[in-house]
Amino acid sequence: MNTRQLAKIAKRVGFWALIVLIMVYAVFPFYYAVVTSLKPSSDLFRVELWPSNWNFDNYISIFSQTSFLRAIFNSIVVAFSVVFIALLLGITASYALGRVRFRGRSTVLLVILGVSMFPQVAVLSGLFEVIRALNLYNNPAGLILSYTIFTLPFTVWVLTTFMKQLPMELEEAAIMDGATPWITITKVFLPLMWPAMATTGLLAFIAAWNEFLFALTFTLTDDQRTVPVAIALLSGGSAYELPWGPIMAASVVVTVPLVVLVIIFQRRIVSGLTAGAVKG
Amino acid sequence: MASVTLNKVNKLFGRDHIINDIDLHIGDGEFVVFVGPSGCGKSTLLRLIAGLESISDGDLCIDETVVNDLPPRERGVGMVFQSYALYPHMTVYDNMAFGLKLAKATKETVHERVMATAKILQLEELLHRKPKALSGGQRQRVAMGRAMAREPRILLFDEPLSNLDASLRVQMRNEIARLHNRLGSTMIYVTHDQVEAMTLADKIVVLNGGHVEQVGSPHELYQRPATKFVAGFIGSPTMNFMPAELLAGDANGCRVRAAGIGELALPQNAQQRQSGEALTLGIRPEHLCLAAPTDDNCFDIVNVEYLGNEVYVYLEPKQGDTLLIHRSEAPSQWREGQQVSLAADWEKVHLFDENGAALMLSTQQAAA
Repeated sequence: MNTRQLAKIAKRVGFWALIVLIMVYAVFPFYYAVVTSLKPSSDLFRVELWPSNWNFDNYISIFSQTSFLRAIFNSIVVAFSVVFIALLLGITASYALGRVRFRGRSTVLLVILGVSMFPQVAVLSGLFEVIRALNLYNNPAGLILSYTIFTLPFTVWVLTTFMKQLPMELEEAAIMDGATPWITITKVFLPLMWPAMATTGLLAFIAAWNEFLFALTFTLTDDQRTVPVAIALLSGGSAYELPWGPIMAASVVVTVPLVVLVIIFQRRIVSGLTAGAVKG
Repeated sequence: MASVTLNKVNKLFGRDHIINDIDLHIGDGEFVVFVGPSGCGKSTLLRLIAGLESISDGDLCIDETVVNDLPPRERGVGMVFQSYALYPHMTVYDNMAFGLKLAKATKETVHERVMATAKILQLEELLHRKPKALSGGQRQRVAMGRAMAREPRILLFDEPLSNLDASLRVQMRNEIARLHNRLGSTMIYVTHDQVEAMTLADKIVVLNGGHVEQVGSPHELYQRPATKFVAGFIGSPTMNFMPAELLAGDANGCRVRAAGIGELALPQNAQQRQSGEALTLGIRPEHLCLAAPTDDNCFDIVNVEYLGNEVYVYLEPKQGDTLLIHRSEAPSQWREGQQVSLAADWEKVHLFDENGAALMLSTQQAAA
């Protein structure tokens, strides 16, 4: 074996070692949450990488709480509504911003981008007033409204960029075929924009699913809460005990749908995110 | 089928005057080609007729109806785009059926029309394919099929062959010509390629800088270009131009002195022209004749191009640096480095004044 082959092998080993390192770094916290969730509370603080005896008490306990099931239901309603509204408004807005020539178009785009730069806390009190005025306090609709506000800028930007890349002649061909703008969007553009929509939709879903601050501020009662707040407010046997086991079990339960969604849409996401970079 | 009439049509983009006072009549069933250099407004003119751009001033009529404010679907026009612009997610069948479905045709009508169109264009085998699985020529045919399926009164083509390779272009050109013979519908075709224009058109419209230079049959444009621009645009290789001076002339002909050649008697009508006026002499490469050099008519052969069936000889005048081209059938006796004198088929040369307008033939010549 000569040095050249040796160097080649060393390079491969180094490469895979690096990948393993990154994988561990990224996955370990979640893995440890899974392990913790499978431990009885007595074993909770014993450090081990593989649970010595499998115990599903934590899962049974969270699923026996109706408030947690209710929170999952609320989260699903809120997250799907946000995705639907954001995509609907995003597609129509991106058609206007990407295709229709009008004065102040780039100003509008910049304002949209500017809005998304404010931290959540900065708008929290203002938004609270809006939600109270609209009579949406302690109502998932209030969360849908506020999440949509924060999701739209990103959605509009990505979809506008994507829309601009679709050839102009495609739209003109549709016009010659007698299509109205609405038909052009739904019958011609939508089928071509699935990658971009999968990407933005999924990111909007994740944002809505994981959001904590607004969900904590704009809801009051257990039956209106979403999952992140419900998890944070899980209480243990006494005021001095933090119920780590159920918290971990609940976290695993709400993360799994996201992981599944990402795996399903993974190819689309990649093609959606790189669509801006390379033509084709 | 329909006629199209343009009446002082103008188009402005901001301050840019793209289309300037165009008057044009396109008869029922005619094949009209808009030709001109890039930026001459030929595509814009087509898009005005299609309804993709709005007309700034003037009237556009299809048959007797003013259609300025009608949307494309109500004008009864179909258009074939340069990039084809097929719907990538639809099959060939759906591409052609899309317009019909939008027009709320019944399922049977849609099927019938699509199948009929597919038959004309030999697309029956491809109806269930998506555009990405088609070759360039097939995509081109689908694009035509989509435009034809709704049976528009007028078919518009926007440089439809420019994305094809040379041999396919010749083949599709042929197919379009046969399609026109078969359908007999009014067709308007935009191209920058004069060969396409000459071979396809019943009538060519030469555009330059947003106005019409000349309208006529390919024969008229080649034989009697109305302006120097048209003369230079039509014909390949391009016409040779050389400066000349009017010596004398009347309704029956004129005498000019051409630089490097000498005094010539030409058949152009020079009535109402001042002697001494500066003119331009235009001679097509195929009408030049070469002979042994003389003292005051002497050109250097700087290059000889052999094309198999014909030979181009490039000549450099003693004064000036514009090369002249002589075209003759192969083989040629001329070699690089030789000196020759120039003559021409003087009946077939052209004269243009300082504004680029052609001098008409004298009455006798025109009659003969």
